[in-house]
Amino acid sequence: MTKKIYLDNAASTQVDPEVLKAMLPYFSEEYGNASSLHYAGLDNRVAVDRAQAQVAGFLGCDKAEIYFTSGATESDNMAILGVIEAIKNKVQNQKIHVITTKYEHDAVLEPCRELEKRGVDVTYLSPDSAGLITVSQLEAVIKPETVLVSIMYVNNEIGTVLPIAEFGELIAKVNQKRKNSSAKPAKIYFHTDATQALNACDCQVNKLGVDLLSLSGHKIHGPKGLGALYLKKGTPFKPIMFGGHQQANIRPGTYNVTGIVGLGKAIELLSDKDKKAEANKKIKELRDYLVSEVTKKISGVLITGGMEKRIPASASFIFTGAEGESLILMLSEKGLAVSTGSACSSGSLDPSHVLLAIGIKPEEAHGSLRVTLSRFTTQADIDAFLKEIGPIVSKLRAMSPIK
Amino acid sequence: MYTEKVLDHFHHPRNQGVIEDADGVGQVGNPVCGDIMKIYLKIKKDQAGQEIIDDIKFETLGCGAAIATSSILTEMAKGQLLVEALKIGKLDIAKELGGLPAPKLHCSILAHEGLAAAAKDYYEQAAK
Repeated sequence: MTKKIYLDNAASTQVDPEVLKAMLPYFSEEYGNASSLHYAGLDNRVAVDRAQAQVAGFLGCDKAEIYFTSGATESDNMAILGVIEAIKNKVQNQKIHVITTKYEHDAVLEPCRELEKRGVDVTYLSPDSAGLITVSQLEAVIKPETVLVSIMYVNNEIGTVLPIAEFGELIAKVNQKRKNSSAKPAKIYFHTDATQALNACDCQVNKLGVDLLSLSGHKIHGPKGLGALYLKKGTPFKPIMFGGHQQANIRPGTYNVTGIVGLGKAIELLSDKDKKAEANKKIKELRDYLVSEVTKKISGVLITGGMEKRIPASASFIFTGAEGESLILMLSEKGLAVSTGSACSSGSLDPSHVLLAIGIKPEEAHGSLRVTLSRFTTQADIDAFLKEIGPIVSKLRAMSPIK
Repeated sequence: MYTEKVLDHFHHPRNQGVIEDADGVGQVGNPVCGDIMKIYLKIKKDQAGQEIIDDIKFETLGCGAAIATSSILTEMAKGQLLVEALKIGKLDIAKELGGLPAPKLHCSILAHEGLAAAAKDYYEQAAK
């Protein structure tokens, strides 16, 4: 069996052994329902409280502002639909405007498209070729009826880091002006999908100036099926699910205690700033080595998205004249897991909306390849990738009628 | 997602390459769609004077299904009467591969069209 080398950490990550260890007792020993009044329930309630505190500590908020969800998709849906439906109830018959970007994850784009169907006006900002959006771009599209801005912290395909704190500052200024104006239009609430940011970026909500933040467990060496939403106290919110009154009715449903414990531990492991900085330094060295070797050894390579404002774990390329899905299949045969934004990988016939949004032509986007590292990635992993990628690109180019 | 047969043809494509002195060449697809396929034909005539595909090769830029369908088409067509080979349809190709994911069926259409384009080129050359 070929050795397996996993370089697709933006898709999902290995559960940290410490996270797994923390979770295990909650499968078979501490399996009660956290809402029960007996001893088994209380043990679980304590575990949920502890995880809430771990997440709140990382985000610098009150633990009552943390709601556990099934993942970032649910958190994003809650944030966007929950806030807008609540505001709709307040400002009946008034126009409502939402701002987001063209290269959000589908978990944000699709709820926004749903809002459009429900009569909400949505503006989608276009990133520049480096994969960034500026404060002045955001400022230019804010209208008096704007009530929600949802912008991702880090793009999942190209790893670029958006200036969330600067957006937050701008929105605070606009809100201050609105407060002082006689018309008193509703506040703008600010949501960020921070799913790809937690491993590398400062996610203190006060510094970012956000009212809502989505995160996911399995991108940070925690379990799948577990995410969280930070919902700042006082933010209007109408639940999108109804049920058994857990989590203050904001997000009902039996506590997934095993997952919650895992998410809490995974976030706690990221809360040690020195360790986090050290891990990212190592990841960045490996990533920079990878990028420099790929561009040095292979001709016809483009880097998608700027390298400057990018999380250390992300590298994304286009190999002209080679198709992404074919690259993935051949690399996979050699035990290497990476990802592509090519049309043929997406289940649709369109290449990645992210690459198209930053101005990559469809014919180029077909040759895209994303390599994402983690704190478990080694020099040997990168060397194994470098050994295979050149011959595979050459093989595919040789098979192509376009020379 | 792909059958073993698709992966076999993808990783070990049959008849991949160029026929330098081809009797017919056809290229289909476009870079925006992502798949481009070129078919080379060498034609001989049997005793009855009917055209037979003596050799066939392909070059393809595209996804796993595009390469696998190109490969299997050449296998299905090689040695066949040209008129018979032209009856191979997209569903025949998919069936021969043990099925293809639904969005991938367009790639098979390309393989079939590639052969048709090469045959058209051959007939045009022959008519001169």
